[in-house]
Amino acid sequence: MAKKRTIRTIPQERTPMREQDPQARAKNFEEVACGYSIEDALRESERCMLCPDEPCIAGCPVGIDIPGFIQKLGEKDFRGAYDILTDTNLLPSICGRVCPQETQCEGVCTVGDSLEPVAIGRLERFVGDTAIKEGWVNIPYIEPTRFRVGIVGSGPAGMACAADMAKAGCDVTVYEAFHQPGGVLRYGIPDFRLPNEVIDAEINNLRKLGVKFECNTLVGRLFTIEQMIEEMGFHTVFVGVGAGYPTMLGIPGDSLNGVLSANELLTRCNLMRAKEFPNFDTPLPLGHRVAVVGAGNTAMDAMRVSKRLGAEKVYCIYRRSRKEAPARVEEVHHAEQEEIEFHWLTNPVAVLDDGKGSVRGMRCIRMELGEPDDSGRRRPVPIAGSEFDFETDLIVYAIGTNANPIMGQTSKLKLNKWGYIGADENLATSVAGVYAGGDIVTGAATVIEAMGAGRKAARSMKAYLGIRDSSLPYMAQDGNGAGSLFGIDLKERNFARVRVA
Amino acid sequence: MSRFEIIKREDFSDVTYLLEILHPMMAKVARPGQFVIVMLHEHGERIPLTIADFDRNAGTITLVIQAVGKTTKEMQRACRVGTGLYAMVGPMGIPSPISHAKKVVCVGGGLGVAPVYPQARAFKEAGAYVIGVLGFRNKSLIFWEDKFRACCDEFIVCTDDGSAGIKGLVTEGIKQAIAMHSDIDEVVAIGPPIMMKGCAEATRPHQIKTMVSLNPLMVDGTGMCGGCRVKLGDKVKFACVDGPDFDGHLVDFDDLMTRLRRYTKEERMSLDHWEKNCRMQKQIEAASALPASPAPASKVKR
Repeated sequence: MAKKRTIRTIPQERTPMREQDPQARAKNFEEVACGYSIEDALRESERCMLCPDEPCIAGCPVGIDIPGFIQKLGEKDFRGAYDILTDTNLLPSICGRVCPQETQCEGVCTVGDSLEPVAIGRLERFVGDTAIKEGWVNIPYIEPTRFRVGIVGSGPAGMACAADMAKAGCDVTVYEAFHQPGGVLRYGIPDFRLPNEVIDAEINNLRKLGVKFECNTLVGRLFTIEQMIEEMGFHTVFVGVGAGYPTMLGIPGDSLNGVLSANELLTRCNLMRAKEFPNFDTPLPLGHRVAVVGAGNTAMDAMRVSKRLGAEKVYCIYRRSRKEAPARVEEVHHAEQEEIEFHWLTNPVAVLDDGKGSVRGMRCIRMELGEPDDSGRRRPVPIAGSEFDFETDLIVYAIGTNANPIMGQTSKLKLNKWGYIGADENLATSVAGVYAGGDIVTGAATVIEAMGAGRKAARSMKAYLGIRDSSLPYMAQDGNGAGSLFGIDLKERNFARVRVA
Repeated sequence: MSRFEIIKREDFSDVTYLLEILHPMMAKVARPGQFVIVMLHEHGERIPLTIADFDRNAGTITLVIQAVGKTTKEMQRACRVGTGLYAMVGPMGIPSPISHAKKVVCVGGGLGVAPVYPQARAFKEAGAYVIGVLGFRNKSLIFWEDKFRACCDEFIVCTDDGSAGIKGLVTEGIKQAIAMHSDIDEVVAIGPPIMMKGCAEATRPHQIKTMVSLNPLMVDGTGMCGGCRVKLGDKVKFACVDGPDFDGHLVDFDDLMTRLRRYTKEERMSLDHWEKNCRMQKQIEAASALPASPAPASKVKR
């Protein structure tokens, strides 16, 4: 064991990650952040003080043993680091890239109190990518059960739930309406942030655990949730279909040609490969001057995709200020480097018509920040008389999504007042055996939050099926045995089914 | 071996063709008014097609397609019995509400003739008096007359040139039906937007409920992209999950038609690109066939 690390002895500067030059990358779809080299990773791993309170673990929605994997990494035991990561997170390459670490693990990192926090996300990505490169996959010994699990939606929530249920020995089938699995990872997040090969690798890992993927299957319409339980022999079902019903602004000119949702732009470009039109058949709306409304991750993706497709100018229109922008800090930073023009405190009031049914420009109004609202952010209020027009030929709305209506239309699942699926704290829905999680329960959120929900639902589903949840006894921290019986957490609703030989 | 195997093909004319695709699970649950999204191959686009018929016993879904753009022309060339589609998902959309109407006019024009058929049949099965009104450009393009006659109590054909039935548009047929029956409860009209607009205008003065099936541009068909949004009065609806059937008297058809023209230039480009490739392919085949086969009669075809 190396000598004790203190805030003075660790490398003071955060190890930078090599990135493509902004000028060059704004013209290609290659990944922007190139990842750590071995030397980079080893150096950064020394910055973790292995502090006893481990706030990062609590900061992680899936509770990865972060100091544990960083320690292994520091010992050059990359396989060991991968093993620890995959105990809790089957998709390290994805999470290392797309998690908003600054508000999660890195946001609470002890080192971050006085220096820049440990680059946990970059280390996680390094380990995940090393595993893909080396072809590592952790297939635990799986004791098969007789249970069949159906999962609706192959996005991050569904994938995480599938992994846990497969590891518990269930026969898992994942249904996807698109022709390729991956959900938002596939259609939404662009290649330069999450390459397709990474998604393919992670999905193949699930296949190796025995998970089956059925694409081209619109659950609800081809068969219902109730039929899955009653007729198709699934013992339990997880619904993780995402929110997916884009919000339009509802201002004059909304339906003009040249106004579209970020989902549409990204799906055409990413999943349908419209950027390679006409070698791929799906056309793409190209704009010279593109205005993207919103400042979340999806908005950043839409702007940077537009830039790569050849737009001369890309504007970000956001009614609050930079501080309130919901995107990952790194994405805003990357967008700024790529010469996206940010117009903070600006709100669209109308889309202007060119007289032929297409977009000519946009009318906006300046805003200022007033009193805090329900979300704790200062409410933007319009400044009277500050309207102005500008020229644009493509407007992309990235202002969030509403609940997708298909599940509500086709099942008895109880919905809440916003149309999302109602679920209790264990993510159980109103139909016995059916669990739900991710955006369709909470509304639009992040990939890792959806994965956390998928895992939480998996715990409840295992309890529902009466499968011993091997993660629970170790999670019980009581120590003196007060909360456990022979090492089994008393909170666990079902004990092992004992088979006497 | 493909997942969505084509087990029957029929050509109604040089632009209209029928495909029967094996999908027992979908055939079991498909209902009138619903649609599928298909992809011909991995590089293809996703196109929505209304289900023209389904056979629960044979396990097949019937699609009637007009070759108008790149994808539909490529499908016309590539789709043979025994081949398959790369993707087919459905049944999508809310099934047509087959009301308890006692007297119904089912109107189909052009590409709408086939999809109105299952509705006509469903109304007939529900006990309604069904008047079928079909529009074609000329006599040679007429198809499924027998199927419609089997489920319609009255049947009116309209042709642009008068070579069969009434000379004129389907709106003439609707007017004739309204003139003969004062008690029509509902009109269902499916076809090009301009035709559906005409139908809605023909029934508006008589205040007859008129349902239309909208077919705007779509990508996913599950409500996720919003590309198919249509204006209904002062509301905006997504045709894929809120439709595709809407009250024709509320639909803003001009908006729909403008939005359908969104990619005209790109569609043209895609078609030209493909046709050029097809011509080159033919030239290559012709060129490579020449020296190898001095006597064309002896050419072995594999």
